[in-house]
Amino acid sequence: MSEYLLILVSTVLANNFVLVRFLGLCPFMGVSNKVEGAIGMAIATAFVLTLSSASSYLVYTWLLVPFDLTYLSTLSFILVIAVMVQLTEMIMHKTSPLLYRVLGIFLPLITTNCAVLGVALLNVQEHHNLLQSALYGFGAATGFGLVLVAFAAVREKVAMADVPVHFKGAAIGLVTAGLMSLAFMGFSGLANL
Amino acid sequence: MTAAVIILTLLALIFGLALGYAAIRFRIEGNPVADEIEAILPQTQCAQCGYPGCRPYAEAIAAEEAEINRCPPGGEAGIKQLAELLGKDIIPLDADVGIEKALPEVAIIHEDVCIGCTKCIQACPVDAILGAAKQMHTVIATECTGCELCIPPCPVDCIDMIPTKIDITNWHWGKPIPITTISEIADTRGEEVA
Repeated sequence: MSEYLLILVSTVLANNFVLVRFLGLCPFMGVSNKVEGAIGMAIATAFVLTLSSASSYLVYTWLLVPFDLTYLSTLSFILVIAVMVQLTEMIMHKTSPLLYRVLGIFLPLITTNCAVLGVALLNVQEHHNLLQSALYGFGAATGFGLVLVAFAAVREKVAMADVPVHFKGAAIGLVTAGLMSLAFMGFSGLANL
Repeated sequence: MTAAVIILTLLALIFGLALGYAAIRFRIEGNPVADEIEAILPQTQCAQCGYPGCRPYAEAIAAEEAEINRCPPGGEAGIKQLAELLGKDIIPLDADVGIEKALPEVAIIHEDVCIGCTKCIQACPVDAILGAAKQMHTVIATECTGCELCIPPCPVDCIDMIPTKIDITNWHWGKPIPITTISEIADTRGEEVA
């Protein structure tokens, strides 16, 4: 039990995918202009990440390992992720058209979110079982969502602030992200996996 | 090698089937009737029908919440097309919403009176008015749909509607003349076409 808790704490705080591992930076910068969009993106990513890490684990253990095809893991994980994103897009279009329009192009772009592929590959590397894999994916997504929403809230404030002209826009965004990353360094001793 | 190809193909095939099923399961029921109605409406976005634009009016007609005779820019021809599409009777244009104009009109701003308040710019549904605060405004005649929405907000009443002049861009052939009567009106035909 404590092991699973450790995975969660580790992925959400200590080894945060965005601020410590620097994965999934493009949606982090791209969808963080508004808090509502960020929340939607966080939910969509959580859905995709959890499902795709669990199903990549299944594909890996039941298909790639028995047939000795582990060298194809990247390729097949990308396939799994693409399918999951497509599925999420369909479900979201049906259940929440508004969110679908808010997220727009960033929804299909979850496919290229390196955090998603990163989680799948790290699961293999760390020899996680199915539940651990799913939890690892969910934890990564929670961490991603946490910093994405926090960062969006900061950026909404920064947009109002009197920023020197050369720092306006993406530049001050990156500086802010750097400071947040420094803050997350403080969690590094919390959980070691 | 062959096993790898076969297994990946199978994997992709299974995923493809799953997605295909999901596409059917989560299909969005669009409203094809509303789309067809919207294609008939003139897209002036003038809101004279009481709905914020052509699309909401089309949806209201499709849901049978609105009559088909509330579109003055579409006029009699529009009502006729809507009646044909929906299998309804042709009814005259509702007098409450306005009258059909003989010729399409465009707004014109009397530029010596304009004070540059930008109120008409905010009212224009098709962004046909050009100008900035405390600068003279003007109407882009080719974009103006003649919806008259800019007239009420103007504090100095400097906007008028003028009929568009018939020129090479908006002239079109007159309605075809029925063959039985062609000899009777042959001598008035010059006026018909012009």
